[in-house]
Amino acid sequence: MAKINMTPVKTKMPEQDPNIRNSNFFEVTTGYTAQMAHDEAMRCLNCKNKPCVAGCPVNIDIPNFIHSITEGNIEEAYEIITRTNSLPAICGRVCPQESQCELPCVRGIKGEPVAIGRLERYVADYMLAKETFTTNVKKPTVKKNKKVAIVGSGPSGLAAASDLCDMGYDVTIFEALHKAGGVLVYGIPEFRLPKSIVEKEIERLKTKGVKIELNMVIGKTISIQELHDEEGYEAVFVGTGAGLPNFMNIPGENLNGVYSANEFLTRVNLMKAYDPSYDTPIYFGRHVAVVGGGNVAMDAARAAKRLGAEHVSIVYRRSEKEMPARIEEVHHAKEEGIEFHLLTNPTCILGEKGWVNGMECVKMELSEPGTDGRRRPAVLSGSEYILDVTSVIIAIGTSPNPLIKTTTSGLDTNKWGCIVADTETGQTSIPYIFAGGDVVTGAATVILAMGAGKKAAAAIDKYL
Amino acid sequence: MYKILEKKDLNNEVVFMKIDAPAVAKKCEPGQFIILRVNETGERIPLTIEDYDRKEGWVSIIFQKVGKTTHLLGTLNKEDYIQDFVGPLGIASHTDNMERVCVIGGGLGCAIAFPQAKKLFRKGAHVDIIAGFRNESLVILEEEMKINSTNYYLMTDDGSAGEKGLVTAKLKELIENGANYDTVIAVGPVIMMKFVSLLTKEYGIRTIVSMNPIMIDGTGMCGGCRLTVDGQTKFACVDGPDFDGHKVDFDSVLQRLSMYKEEENHKCNLFRGIE
Repeated sequence: MAKINMTPVKTKMPEQDPNIRNSNFFEVTTGYTAQMAHDEAMRCLNCKNKPCVAGCPVNIDIPNFIHSITEGNIEEAYEIITRTNSLPAICGRVCPQESQCELPCVRGIKGEPVAIGRLERYVADYMLAKETFTTNVKKPTVKKNKKVAIVGSGPSGLAAASDLCDMGYDVTIFEALHKAGGVLVYGIPEFRLPKSIVEKEIERLKTKGVKIELNMVIGKTISIQELHDEEGYEAVFVGTGAGLPNFMNIPGENLNGVYSANEFLTRVNLMKAYDPSYDTPIYFGRHVAVVGGGNVAMDAARAAKRLGAEHVSIVYRRSEKEMPARIEEVHHAKEEGIEFHLLTNPTCILGEKGWVNGMECVKMELSEPGTDGRRRPAVLSGSEYILDVTSVIIAIGTSPNPLIKTTTSGLDTNKWGCIVADTETGQTSIPYIFAGGDVVTGAATVILAMGAGKKAAAAIDKYL
Repeated sequence: MYKILEKKDLNNEVVFMKIDAPAVAKKCEPGQFIILRVNETGERIPLTIEDYDRKEGWVSIIFQKVGKTTHLLGTLNKEDYIQDFVGPLGIASHTDNMERVCVIGGGLGCAIAFPQAKKLFRKGAHVDIIAGFRNESLVILEEEMKINSTNYYLMTDDGSAGEKGLVTAKLKELIENGANYDTVIAVGPVIMMKFVSLLTKEYGIRTIVSMNPIMIDGTGMCGGCRLTVDGQTKFACVDGPDFDGHKVDFDSVLQRLSMYKEEENHKCNLFRGIE
C-alpha cells in the first residue's frame, strides 16, 4: 500500500490571480489536476469511524470514494458519490465543507482536514468533461406508472426528481423562470458555479427521464390542487426556495440605484447583464455598497467589482467573526479588493433627483452573547457618518415566496411564511404535498436542500 | 416557444398580437399580465393581457414600440415564435360592487383598461370610457370600446380626433354634471394616473390604478417593481398590479421608471414615451 501523504496542509487549489479575476466572470478556482487530486487523496487516513460521513448531510461514503481516487479509478469514485449525491459538481463547489464533512476530519486535528470538497469536484469534473456525460445515463429499470410533480427546479427539486425518477416514477418538474436550476442559475454567480455545469447536470436528469416544464408559475398558471385533482399527479414536492427579498425598511430604499441582492444577481446571472450581447441592463455607478454579511452579499459584491465598479464595500453590522458567509468567500472577496465596513449599520439611503448619492451609517458595538449565543450589535451613539456611494445592494436575507401558500388552501405555514413539514419525511398538512429546502427552513444551503429533497423522495415512495 | 397566431399594426407605434398560450389562457382574468422574452438574449418584459379565449387557447397583447425589446417583438410576424411567455401574473382586477364606473385609458393604457371595461359592461354596470391620445394617428380600440361602454369619450392633445383636451378635464366635467361614479379606473402614463387620482380624491371617488413598473421575474423575487402605497413598500407583480390611486406615491414611481432611461436601447417599460 502506498504511503499516506502526511503534509499538514491541503493541496493548494489553483486559482485565477485576484487582480485578473476581479474583472472577469470565469471561475475563480480552476480545479485540481490528476496529480493534485492523487496527492490530496493520499492524505486521507481511511479511518474506521469515518466522522466525515456523519458530517455530510447526504452521507456520501467519503473515504471510499477517496480511496478510488488513490487507485486512479475516477469512474468508480463518481459511482460511489452519486449513490447518495446526484449533483456532485455543484456540491463540490458550493457546499460549506468546513462546517460539514471536513469539520470532524481527523487530519484537521493537527493541520488542515482532507480537502474533501475539492476532491468531490475533481471527480465530478472528470466525468462532466466526457462527451457522453449527458447521454450515457443509467435509466430506471422499473416503471411505476405514477406521476409526481416537483415544484421548483432548485437543489431540493432536482435531488427529489432524480431519486424519484430512479425509483421509476413519472416525474415532471415545474419551473417558473425560463431556465431550470433555481438559485443555482439566478443566484450563485458564474465565477463560483459555471452555468454550463448546472446545464449539464440538468441535461443528464432529462436523459434519465425527468421532464421539465419551464415558464410554469405554480399557483398562477396552475395550482397544486389542479395538478393533483385534474392532471393526475399523485404526489407533489414543493421546493420553491426562499426567493422573496427582505428590505431594511429604512428611508431611501426605493431610490434608483437600490437593488435587492436577488434583483442584482438575477440581472447578472440569469439575464447575463455582464455580457454585452444580452439586452438586460444593470446600473451600479462608481461605489457600490452591499449591505449584509452572508454568501449572497459576497456574491453581489464580487459581481459588482467584476462589472467595473471602482469601489465595492461590504457593510455589515457585526464583526467579521459573526459573518455568516463562508470563510473562503470572505477571503476571496478581500483578495479581489472588496472593502469591508464592519460593525456598521445603514440608517438611511440618501438621494438626489431620485438617485442614490450616499448612505448614512452608524457604528455598532457588540454586546454580550444573547440566548442564541450571538452577540447583539448596539448603536454607538454619535457615530453617524455618510458613506459616499452611488448604489446600494441589500443582501440581508430572503423569505419564502407566499405564492404557493396563498393559492393552496389547507397548507400550513409558520409565522415566517415557511411551509410546515415533517423533518424526516417532508410531508405537509396536506398528505399528498411534501416540501423541502429553503421553503421549509428559510434560507440555508444547497446541500441541506438536496438532503431534504432526497428524504422527501423516499417518503413519497412510501406514501405512494 | 409560443406561436404568434395573429399580428395587427394598430398604428405606427402600437401592435396587437395573439399568442398561442393555452395554459395562460385557461387561467387568466382581466387585469393580469404576462412576462415574455423575445429571444435567448432578450430581456423579460411585463405586458398586460388584453384579451383571451380559453377554448381556443390564445392570449392577446398590445404593446407600443418604445424600446429595444418592444421593437424587436414588433419585427415578428404571424407564424413566428416568442421564446418565453409566462403567466398569468399579478392579481386579477376586482369588479365587485361597481355599478357606475368611469374607465380612463391613456394611450396604450386603453389596451389594459379595455378588458376591465368590457367585463364590467357585460355584467350590467354603467361604464363610461374616456380614452386619451396624443393625436388621431395613435387612437386604438375605438370601435371595441364604443361597443363595450355606455358612453365613449375620445380626447386628443391636439384635437385631431374627438375633443381637444386632457382626460382629467373630461372626467371633471362628467363628475360636475352628476355622473355619480362609485369607481374610477385609470390606466395609462403614471403622470395621468397621478392627476386622475388627485382629482377624484377631491370628490371622494374610489380610484383604481394599474401599475406596470420595471420587473424581472414577476413572481415577487426581484423586488424591482416595488412602490410605496400608503407608506408601505409593495411589489406591483404580486400585490398588484391594481392599487388604490389615492394611496400610491406616484412621484417615487415616476423616479423609478427613469432608472434605465439613459440606456436608450433598454427602454423596457410599457408606459414610457407615450406621455
